[in-house]
Amino acid sequence: MSHETILQLTVISYLLPLLGFTILIFLNKRLPRQGDLIETGLVFLGLALSVVILAVKMGSYHDETIQGSFTWVSFGNVPGFGPMAMTLGLMVDNLSAIMLVVVYVVSAFVHLYSIGYMHGDVRYGRYFAYLGIFTFSMLGIVLTNNFFMMYVSWELVGLSSYLLIGHWFEKKSASDAAMKAFIVNRIGDVGMFIGILILFGTFHTFTFDTIFEAMKAGTIPFGSEAWLTAAGILVFCGAVGKSAQFPLHVWLPDAMEGPTPVSALIHAATMVAAGVYLIARTFPMMTADALMYIAAIGAITAFIAATIAITQNDVKKVLAYSTISQLGYMVMGLGVGAYTAGFLHLTTHAMFKAGLFLGSGSVIHAMHHALHHAGDHHTDAQDIRNMGGLRTKMPITFWTFLIYTLAISGVPLTSGFLSKDEILAGTLAYANLTGRWYVPIIAFLVAALTAFYMFRLVILTFLGEHKDHHRVEAIHESPRTMTIPLIVFAVLCLFAFFSLNPIGAASGWVYKALPRPESVVPAAVAAAGAEQFEEAVHHSHSLAMVLSLLVAGLGILVAFATYYWKKIDAESVAVKSGPLYRFLLNKWKFDELYDATAVAGTIGVSKVSRWFDNNIIDGVVNGSASWVKGLTLGTKKNWDEGSVSAIFYMVVTGALSLYIGWLVGVGMMPMDASIGAIIGYVILGFAVAGLSFFLFYVGVGGFDNHIVDGLVNATAYLAGFLGLLARRIQTGRVQTYLVFVILGVLVLFLWFR
Amino acid sequence: MNHSLPVEFGMTVAQFSQWLQTPGLHHFLLISGVLFSLGVFAILTRRNAIMVLMGIELVLNAANINFLAFSRYTTGTLDGHVFAIFVIILAAAEAAIALAIVLNVYQNFNSVNVDEINQLKD
Repeated sequence: MSHETILQLTVISYLLPLLGFTILIFLNKRLPRQGDLIETGLVFLGLALSVVILAVKMGSYHDETIQGSFTWVSFGNVPGFGPMAMTLGLMVDNLSAIMLVVVYVVSAFVHLYSIGYMHGDVRYGRYFAYLGIFTFSMLGIVLTNNFFMMYVSWELVGLSSYLLIGHWFEKKSASDAAMKAFIVNRIGDVGMFIGILILFGTFHTFTFDTIFEAMKAGTIPFGSEAWLTAAGILVFCGAVGKSAQFPLHVWLPDAMEGPTPVSALIHAATMVAAGVYLIARTFPMMTADALMYIAAIGAITAFIAATIAITQNDVKKVLAYSTISQLGYMVMGLGVGAYTAGFLHLTTHAMFKAGLFLGSGSVIHAMHHALHHAGDHHTDAQDIRNMGGLRTKMPITFWTFLIYTLAISGVPLTSGFLSKDEILAGTLAYANLTGRWYVPIIAFLVAALTAFYMFRLVILTFLGEHKDHHRVEAIHESPRTMTIPLIVFAVLCLFAFFSLNPIGAASGWVYKALPRPESVVPAAVAAAGAEQFEEAVHHSHSLAMVLSLLVAGLGILVAFATYYWKKIDAESVAVKSGPLYRFLLNKWKFDELYDATAVAGTIGVSKVSRWFDNNIIDGVVNGSASWVKGLTLGTKKNWDEGSVSAIFYMVVTGALSLYIGWLVGVGMMPMDASIGAIIGYVILGFAVAGLSFFLFYVGVGGFDNHIVDGLVNATAYLAGFLGLLARRIQTGRVQTYLVFVILGVLVLFLWFR
Repeated sequence: MNHSLPVEFGMTVAQFSQWLQTPGLHHFLLISGVLFSLGVFAILTRRNAIMVLMGIELVLNAANINFLAFSRYTTGTLDGHVFAIFVIILAAAEAAIALAIVLNVYQNFNSVNVDEINQLKD
């Protein structure tokens, strides 16, 4: 298969979801089953194409990058800038090929799952259309080779996320959450935009490879390494927003208002991973400082989210904070330099997190059904304190959920173990190289917390006893459209898909396909090189593995001890650590903090602007309108009738007249005039001022009444006078008239022959 | 001795009688011209409406003589003669209508003095 064919297949797979969106958004009410099978079919077709592309890429073109570009618009020669053109295109390299498959796998099976989960929904067809536009936008981020298309697709996924979170927009909390997601994302996007502008301003291109090559040749933004770091951090800002890193993580828990398949697709597996993908794409241009910043943010995020997750009682919220925490892991992994490990964790996380969300959706679906059956409309179907003992009633859901939990906790033989292990080894290597030991300490702590809260979730949901016997009777396993995706994702959590070695991923095909790209920043500011890093990782690998098994085991043990064997009383721990517990339960009070500062600040600014607009700007507008109104009346009438302030009018007209006089006088005065001439021009100026004041005095109304009407009346009078003169010809006698006729004929004959 | 016009232009009586004895086109045109002028004069100056009508007849007959003269002396055909007959017929019809109008005028104004019929003004 040639390069062209691969590119064509890529373009087709890119556009298939867009086709689905277009068909469904216009025709969904008229299609059979509202078009869900069409959309799902198209996405599965895209999945097949993506697998083919990956296979061909890995098989025939393992180390090449296949790109196709075109000039979208050329602005020619821009003054002060040089030749400017916007070149867009797609690229298929190992990173995008693997990500393509990941996106399609998750999207396709979420589509399938939604057929079951969203059955009977009020906007069923539109939901699938939005899934289509989301998939299309996400692929735009994955397949593009330039910042511009990435930014456009970036915004599009934000839009799709908004539409999908707010799917049940009648519920205020859902529409609020959608707006919050979009706005918080936008804040991150501003940083990204500035970063892109810095790069475009320096390199005059958006294409990644061109920029990296130019950097390698020595060009850096504004010739300063500080600006290079700044550009890297600003581009990372976009990832902070999109991947819900601290401090812009607040939107993701609220996004759980959307349907669970949406949470699985967007807020677990793909959209939030876009930030990580961006960091991976722009990895070569990151300086050591930028990477340190990235690693720090990642670590902080992972820590904050994990501490919140251990207290949450809503199953989706636990998973949401877990997602934030794992994204922190990925970002941290990339920041410490474990490039492949970070991306590997992205792919493994996509599988097990999507599975976790779909599994929780299955549980919620069953709980809703049981509650509806019992006529109970108050109990929260998503609260894990209302669950328990679902293992026997929902076996497929339980076993797949267990597999996902093992994966996320980093238990050997799962894919999650591989990726987490590599990241942990990377953090240890980083600490060895740079002395920043807080990174691995936080990483291992978070690993322990992750194992703990995930198993807490499993135990409380599936094990033990359900409180309400009647309710648990009505619970049954979900339909096949929902369980098949669960099984597929569970299978994909096995280590074998990512590496044939269960305890080390370095020999697997993923590692071979994604070697850490060479940094193109000047050597003085580059982080530790790939070889140096590999060395350090090699040293730390065994220690990392032992420690990770230890902390995972510890976490699982404590979870079982507290919730299954009931040796530790969770309630009393919560009570004894009162303030700490409440702080964690209230999500570290981030929302309250932002409300008091950013939101209040913005509202304050808007209040000031409103005052300015209403009073000053409107004052000027209204004032000039009333002056013009005065102009029609003229000063005299103004004074008499007083409908418009006469003094205001006179003052303004006086000033205006003087100004006009000054303009005329000074304007007409030549540069080298004598004193006499100057006096002459001054007098001229005053004369003009006086004349214009007189005209203003008379007013437009006066002008119209006297001068214009005067002309008209004079003309009419003249016509009348001439008419009276001509009247005397009329004698009334026919013979007189005949004389005139004959005279006229004679004149005609003799003069005009 | 090829003079077209008589006495006032320097002719003797003998020359005049000679001019009279050989009638040509000019003679007839002269007569019709004189008749026309007299007719127009009558139209413009006579007080009585009937006298105005007579003037109109004179004008028409002058035109007739013109037609006949040109027909006889220029083309040898009888075109002018036929046209003259048309004119006579039309003059007769027109005289009848004109008299009807005068009759109506008399009934309205009680007079045929054209100077008194001066209502064609505001």
